[in-house]
Amino acid sequence: MTQTVSRPAGAHQVPLPLDVEAIRADFPILTRTVRDGKRLVYLDSGATSQKPRSVLDAERWFYENVNAAPHRGAHQLAEEATAAYEAARATIGAFLGAPENEIVFTRNSTESINLVAYALSNAATAKEPEFRRYAVGQGDEIVVTEMEHHANLLPWQQLCERTGATLRWLGLTDDGRLDLSDLDTVVNERTKLVAVTQQSNILGTINPLGGIIARAHEVGALVLVDGAQSVPHQKVDVTELGADFLVFSGHKMLGPTGVGVLWGRYDVLDALPPFLTGGSMIEVVRMEGSTFAAPPQRFEAGVPMSAQVIGLAAAADYLTALGMDRVQQHEEVLTGYALEQLQAIPGVTVIGPPDTVARGGAISFTVDGVHPHDVGQVLDDLGIAVRVGHHCAWPVVRRYGVPATTRATFYVHTGYDDVDALVEGVREAQRFFGVVPAVTEGGTN
Amino acid sequence: MQLQSMYQDIILDHYRNPHGRGLRDPFEAEVHHVNPTCGDEVTMRVHLDGDTIADVSYEGQGCSISQASVSAMYDLVIGKSVTEALGTGEHFMTLMQSKGDAAVAEGLEDELEDAIAFAGVSKYPARVKCALMSWMALKDASARALSTSSEAN
Ligand SMILES: Cc1ncc(COP(=O)(O)O)c(C=O)c1O
Repeated sequence: MTQTVSRPAGAHQVPLPLDVEAIRADFPILTRTVRDGKRLVYLDSGATSQKPRSVLDAERWFYENVNAAPHRGAHQLAEEATAAYEAARATIGAFLGAPENEIVFTRNSTESINLVAYALSNAATAKEPEFRRYAVGQGDEIVVTEMEHHANLLPWQQLCERTGATLRWLGLTDDGRLDLSDLDTVVNERTKLVAVTQQSNILGTINPLGGIIARAHEVGALVLVDGAQSVPHQKVDVTELGADFLVFSGHKMLGPTGVGVLWGRYDVLDALPPFLTGGSMIEVVRMEGSTFAAPPQRFEAGVPMSAQVIGLAAAADYLTALGMDRVQQHEEVLTGYALEQLQAIPGVTVIGPPDTVARGGAISFTVDGVHPHDVGQVLDDLGIAVRVGHHCAWPVVRRYGVPATTRATFYVHTGYDDVDALVEGVREAQRFFGVVPAVTEGGTN
Repeated sequence: MQLQSMYQDIILDHYRNPHGRGLRDPFEAEVHHVNPTCGDEVTMRVHLDGDTIADVSYEGQGCSISQASVSAMYDLVIGKSVTEALGTGEHFMTLMQSKGDAAVAEGLEDELEDAIAFAGVSKYPARVKCALMSWMALKDASARALSTSSEAN
């Protein structure tokens, strides 16, 4: 692979769209040090994000003031807890441009995807004819891509194994993009659902969903978009998106762990049988059989994770106040800078799009002669938190012929100093393992 | 910098110049082990002479810790009985669970030879699995080799 060895060294530091210093002051964890007093350089938001104080305060507020089980009981606390929970639903709806009755709270993206996958197989045996509309069975096909996180792959593999349907997938191009050359054959009249990520958690690629969704709808298939890495980092409006489902996790968008979202078009949700059953999701219960509530309650069995839902709404408010467009621009500037700096190091190869065109801020790379775990260890010793491994997207690393990668991901508190620390840390790893390639000025590695 | 405590020179030497690497015949059992959190892999063959480990041959890919660990293990187990070798494996496991406790390492020094250099790894829970992968593979492969050779007898 050829790469230009220019030395941007600070030259391309245009002012960042977000005020990093002010934002850092909102994140208590960023004041701690790691590994013997080093500043924490947190470049692992793609795995889970840190939480601003307003999110922590919101959870504490809930527990200290209104804690009760929503949708149960008639006492004042229960009423207030219900109101807070439903107000949070409205906040998340507004964040996505969706009516609130299309927002289902789940545990995380993984559970949201499993909810849909199980609803589709439950549909085949539903006693209610109106729940059989989207049933998946023998002869049907489910389409995914080779870029998916395991969370958007295994539930569909399993659905196919349960129902006798066939799993098909769109492949990848050498430069880290979806290969859409066979879209019209892979997505065809037998396709029941297409599940595709909006932003790759490993390659950083932002996928051109418009064409895929149009083709899926042309053949009558549903589309589920995995927004785990897009919703936290770019403006996502479900009306513009045009899909049938969107899933994401609260913990990757400054919110608490233990809460995720399934957005679904109301008419589609309304035609699906439940996944989990139990309290809160019922209409009438008799020993002989029961009927179910309308969405979204149909998909929220049991006492919900109320405090986390309140915290997630606070996270959405925090992001909205920053402005999602600015969040995206901020990360794009940093990504451009980081790509330039990293690719200027001889021996470093970025796995994924080499520039910022249709690309988010997840940067995976390899360092010749140094295994990603060892790169990660050297970085950790310098106080820099990155992710190493296959990032729960094993087929992707396999596709690009590497055993694993080192991945840095950016967020609202990331600044040039963090990227500079990363770049210097990678050079340090090369020095430590004695693989500093000989550089001839202006040459290639 | 604390890195040196993990990456002892002995470890880096084994990593750069692994002992016994490559897959060889004859063998009674071959296993493939992966560390699913990071994708490290090892394919290992065991050749027994009676119940003595005559050869352990392997191919794999992974970080310096996993690759150095299999190399140091090779030095330790060749010529030992399966029982002795697995006993050494238990001691290595103890070392890996020591969380950097120097007293534990001291007591195991004679038994573990070069492998004592992995003591520093025990302070990093995420890397312990890397160091243990080859020992898990050996346990698995030698058990299979024993059952294969007892079937043959
Ligand atoms: C693209 C993508 N999809 C799905 C998930 C799963 O998210 P969770 O583990 O929060 O369910 C992740 C998390 O890493 C992800 O990056």
